[in-house]
Amino acid sequence: MSSFGDKSLIPASALENPVFPRELEDEAIYIMREVAAQFERPAILFSGGKDSITLVRLAQKAFYPGKIPFPLLHVDTGHNFPETIDYRDWLVNEVGADLIVRTVQDSIDQGKVKEETGKYASRNALQTVTLLDAIEEFKFDACIGGGRRDEEKARAKERIFSVRDDFGQWDAKRQRPELFDMLNGRIAVGENVRVFPISNWTELDVWNYIKEEGIPLPSIYFSHRRPVFERDGMLWADSVYINKDEDEVPYEATVRFRTVGDMTCTAAVLSEATELDDIIGEILSAEISERGARMDDKRSEAAMEKRKQQGYF
Amino acid sequence: MDILRIATAGSVDDGKSTLIGRLLYETQSITRDKLEALDAASKRKGLDFLDLSLLTDGLIAEREQGITIDVAHIYFSTPKRKYIIADTPGHFEYTRNMVTGSSNAKVSLILVDARHGVVEQTFRHFFISAMLRIPKVIVCVNKMDLVGYSEERFNQIRDEFQRIADQIHSDGQTIDFIPVSSLFGVNITSKSDEMSWYPGDSLLHALESIETHTLWETSRPARFPVQYVIRPKTEEYHDYRGYAGVVASGSFSVGDEVVVLPTGQRSKISTIEKFDEQLQKVNARESVVLTLENDVDVSRGNMLVKPGEEPVQRKEITAQVCWLDYQALQAGKTLILQHGINDTKAKVISVDEIVNVQSLERIASPGQLKLNEIGSIRLKVAKPVFADIYEENPANGAFILVDEFTHATVGVGFVNH
Repeated sequence: MSSFGDKSLIPASALENPVFPRELEDEAIYIMREVAAQFERPAILFSGGKDSITLVRLAQKAFYPGKIPFPLLHVDTGHNFPETIDYRDWLVNEVGADLIVRTVQDSIDQGKVKEETGKYASRNALQTVTLLDAIEEFKFDACIGGGRRDEEKARAKERIFSVRDDFGQWDAKRQRPELFDMLNGRIAVGENVRVFPISNWTELDVWNYIKEEGIPLPSIYFSHRRPVFERDGMLWADSVYINKDEDEVPYEATVRFRTVGDMTCTAAVLSEATELDDIIGEILSAEISERGARMDDKRSEAAMEKRKQQGYF
Repeated sequence: MDILRIATAGSVDDGKSTLIGRLLYETQSITRDKLEALDAASKRKGLDFLDLSLLTDGLIAEREQGITIDVAHIYFSTPKRKYIIADTPGHFEYTRNMVTGSSNAKVSLILVDARHGVVEQTFRHFFISAMLRIPKVIVCVNKMDLVGYSEERFNQIRDEFQRIADQIHSDGQTIDFIPVSSLFGVNITSKSDEMSWYPGDSLLHALESIETHTLWETSRPARFPVQYVIRPKTEEYHDYRGYAGVVASGSFSVGDEVVVLPTGQRSKISTIEKFDEQLQKVNARESVVLTLENDVDVSRGNMLVKPGEEPVQRKEITAQVCWLDYQALQAGKTLILQHGINDTKAKVISVDEIVNVQSLERIASPGQLKLNEIGSIRLKVAKPVFADIYEENPANGAFILVDEFTHATVGVGFVNH
């Protein structure tokens, strides 16, 4: 699909004044290669968001001129933005990677999880079960994720190699110390490791990298017109997946998304940013942090840590 | 843009979290929603000011205990550079976290409470900074507001600290002292009137002027541990064999003669590649792919070096070790020794010495090394390790010890000889 090619031109400003710290790329590529060397069946957890898109780019660079030696795993909630799915299919074709898709709908149909109801119903929490099932089905021993330590307080303590038990659980007190750049991925049968190559990147680093590398992105990251409605002081994309109250009346607005998750839990921001430079400008002057636009973390102050303990990324 | 990695350490209650919070606040690294959450949480605690320490105290267990229990990573940046703080706890039990958090740091930030002066913990923090050979130590004498911003008190603490530092010899490590008040933001990002007697820089200014370049690492002997062999096996790259890895130290150029360890075979570098880019030269810390002129046998765990500066191939290692596990280390124990990306079975021949990091007293033949203890051990390895002496080349002189059964990382070692 050629539509993604439009964003692939590297802005002149990126070439004149590179600001992305290249050490971060060296570190991430080193981690990717350690995963390939230390594990038998790794996978990249691919959500279609900018962080997992960055991971694919890093994997591509780490093994060039060879292909990425592991598949992309997409846990599909069924509530994705259609633009994300289009992009996903284009990307796997572009880099020649294998794609595995497992759906939350299947987990619901199998009776393993129950659909949430009510105004704030989301499949975000349900995807953990689908993910753990996929890990078991394919015997993945390492899952590479786009988590960053700057996203949230509980993530700030995450390791680069994060060991999970049979139930995918994270135990803050059992994490292995990571010294220098030495990564210890030795595990027992049934255990697996979550790997976070861009642990040390901030949101701004990711954007600067995307800009300097000329990486195409799904169109919803850029300003566009779409029907939205207001809830809790935030803007939400109108979709059949969200149960609206009577007074939540959709109207058309010019928006973009700073983060790409499900339509049910990812808020839009009013934005005229049509280019990466505009987006980076917005972030530099941003008043709301990235995860502030994610409803799933707002449920409680310790929300993320609790979800991590249950096997969330 | 470069990165400066900082390790912070301090005892409980000496205001470390507040100091970090203050740095974030004054470099405008806190977004509005986080400030609002902070304001609300501060009010819940009945405070009439922003409790900046709440920004970094992350985990549930911490909120219960009110202390930091693990290494947390905190990020901020200025127009000049990106900063990564590894915030490590100051408790006795958690030396292992301090060593972990400090292992990648170029700066060690040590906090001293102006009222209490140099305490036992201060020894430990400094000892670890010296053991890891962190090039820069900045001692922040905090809570100066509580001692009336007294120059005399500051000098007293500085002199006492210096006296300890003199006992732990470490070449090339410099120590700065800065009087600060994190609570009131004095000397954190800018100088202030309260301590006009202090002629030095504010903390942020001191951090901004530290050199982060890898010149020192690049001037060490060339070491390239082969991390992964790339063999595309496609039509276009039929016979391609690329050796991927990070240059641990030194530098490599196209045409350089190299020796493959452990086989001793020789070859020449034919290309240095970074994705689709061809380089002429690569320096320490960079991830690249090297291709060699002739068909030599190279696999993961091998090391490429330059003739004339080969490391010793060690079958026996004497090292300073910090033990990180609840089960003590004893002679006779077998472990996995991981040096960089290479590993081998290892057996502890003897535990020769233990260092009391408070008194600096050394006790010979202690029999064992317990959690958080630091001592000297001798190890025998199943296959040779190409390590340098840590003091001479830190990038190739450290290793970790891994338990064969639990797979936990149970120790970290620094090669003595």
